[in-house]
Amino acid sequence: MAHGPATSSFKNPVVNWLDQRLPIFTMIQKEYGVFPTPRNFNYFWNFGAIAMIMLVTMIVSGIVLAMHYTPNTNLAFNSVERIMRDVNFGWLIRYIHMNGASFFFIAVYIHIFRGLYYGSYKKPRELLWMVGVVIFLLMMATAFMGYVLPWGQMSFWGATVITNLFSALPLVGQDIVTLLWGGFSVDNPTLNRFFALHYLLPFVIAAVVFLHVAALHVTGSNNPLGVEPKGPQDTLPFHPYYTVKDSFGTVVYLAIFAAFVFYAPNFFGEPDNYIQANPMVTPPHIVPEWYFLPYYAILRSITFDISIPFTGLKLIEAKLGGVIAMFGSIAILFILPWLDTSPVRSARFRPIFKKGILAFLVAFFLLMYVGAQTADAAWHLGGLEIPLVYVGQLATLVYFGFFLSLPFVGLIEKPLPLPASIAKPVLGGGASAAGATAKPMEKA
Amino acid sequence: MRRLRSLILAGLVAVAAAAPAVASEEMEYPKNEWSHGAVTRGFSNIFGTFDRKALQRGFQVYKEVCSACHSMNLLSYRNLSALGYNEAEITAIAAGYDMTDGPNDEGEMFTRKGVPADHFKAPFPNEKAAAAANGGKAPPDLSLIVKARKGGEDYIVALMTGFETAPAGFTVPSGGNYNKAFPGHVIAMPPPLSDGGVTFADGTKATVEQQAKDVATFLAWAAEPNLEARHQMGLKVMIFLIVLAGILYAAKRAVWADQH
Repeated sequence: MAHGPATSSFKNPVVNWLDQRLPIFTMIQKEYGVFPTPRNFNYFWNFGAIAMIMLVTMIVSGIVLAMHYTPNTNLAFNSVERIMRDVNFGWLIRYIHMNGASFFFIAVYIHIFRGLYYGSYKKPRELLWMVGVVIFLLMMATAFMGYVLPWGQMSFWGATVITNLFSALPLVGQDIVTLLWGGFSVDNPTLNRFFALHYLLPFVIAAVVFLHVAALHVTGSNNPLGVEPKGPQDTLPFHPYYTVKDSFGTVVYLAIFAAFVFYAPNFFGEPDNYIQANPMVTPPHIVPEWYFLPYYAILRSITFDISIPFTGLKLIEAKLGGVIAMFGSIAILFILPWLDTSPVRSARFRPIFKKGILAFLVAFFLLMYVGAQTADAAWHLGGLEIPLVYVGQLATLVYFGFFLSLPFVGLIEKPLPLPASIAKPVLGGGASAAGATAKPMEKA
Repeated sequence: MRRLRSLILAGLVAVAAAAPAVASEEMEYPKNEWSHGAVTRGFSNIFGTFDRKALQRGFQVYKEVCSACHSMNLLSYRNLSALGYNEAEITAIAAGYDMTDGPNDEGEMFTRKGVPADHFKAPFPNEKAAAAANGGKAPPDLSLIVKARKGGEDYIVALMTGFETAPAGFTVPSGGNYNKAFPGHVIAMPPPLSDGGVTFADGTKATVEQQAKDVATFLAWAAEPNLEARHQMGLKVMIFLIVLAGILYAAKRAVWADQH
């Protein structure tokens, strides 16, 4: 263990004095200043930074809302309306928070898809990926509980439907539900604990994000080619190259976000949530927020019991099967690094994988669509009636099929030839020194 | 990049193409022109402001017709300044209502005249009373009704003008009325508006359509009273963000110039 002040050589004496005792400036310099970053990022690599900005936006707007919100079943709905009407700029803060949740999820979905497409989950980034899945799960829990707080009809009935899912678990199910509710139905204790947890979890997310970034700075970033940087000619210092690129991307994203906040603030919302919760009146059509729809559709796709053939012995009831499938759709992401047996990361060089991920993407959007429809909805093509539950089941099959086929795809697929290094395809013609010759950029 | 883009597009197109084929039980309402841009229709008019005259007429329709049964608990008389009423007018409107207040120092409840700080007086003392007086179900509060119904303002207009005789073969249960816009077509509310049912101070002819549009404007304001402030601030924020994005793009180009 080395004792005594560290050596720092900053020009500013105050910075130097601080840094010798707490090397925070050295750390920033190392991790965000000169940090070697692949030179060939495309704009998909903006979404980590964007998601971070959205997390901060949600925490800041959420704390201000919490100063005016009252977590009591008799007062919650009206306290939110008081924020909308009487609190100075309350409408702005509330609409930022409401739409911020959607834009946080949009950024994170693109971020996850980018990781899938370019194989960012593969060795040596398995743990980085798994920590990311934990963040995603925490986000889902936080968003779900946050949606309950305004105590509208959809808040109440969404909470009732989703918490009830846990009752499908054998043995402990009903106890878990009682624990979640703090009673025997969704009521004031439920609202209180959801508020407490909704306030807590974002800080847990922030801590796990810190781990996510720490792990990233061990392995370094993946890149669109999926080949590791082989030397300084393949990387650029994070600052100024990626600070300026991330800033630009973030501001463009914020502009789209702002357009919704100011001109379509209720676009992602449900009219029913502007009706105060009423346990005596069930809305005709209970739908979760859009970012949960794919999983909701997977849940509803399991309409059959799973039993041992010819014996009539039920192994798994349909309800439990749905719950398992829904949680399984996220859980499978945890083992993804070991499901994929191909050594090649980027889908650019993986012809079969690329078709698979296209099918996966279509299935994901289809599930999102099916999740928003009523359970008995159907497509009418000419005289043909296709119940949407079949469409959902097919899409569920594709969703899981994509992941479960990866071990075999890795074995049979012939990847395209990989570039020798990052610098080669970017600079073209085997330029020796980075940027020495300003050749026109080749399309990577 | 390009391939990835076409991939995402393909996904979106697949979903979009499928959408119209669904058996739709949801009702569509004829879209009206709203000077404020419909509250529930995004991006409809980013410069939109409420038509003050329509707001005042709409308030008159609410006050003289709707308020007999429907409360607007989230609104106070002071909020009416947004409709263009001055302080004296608002004080006079509020004073037209008797409010129960108290208990006073003797522990008694007492009645006083309304003041601008009071919430709109509800027609019934509580929800049970409202339900009892209206065939078992309380008429909904109208404070947020435009945001709480699919179709928003357009739904209100369609509902107000949608009363007609039931088509042959459709039996309307007693205590119900046929309305082509109401989900299920049977509504407990009798047709509230009639031609000339109110007399507008500004001389506008009080047809059912006119009253319907005016009251829908008023209810849109009631549901979203900060719409104008939101539109005005939005314009500044958008200009700021777009200019900033432009500057950052130029900075990005300059920083990266030696790397391409």
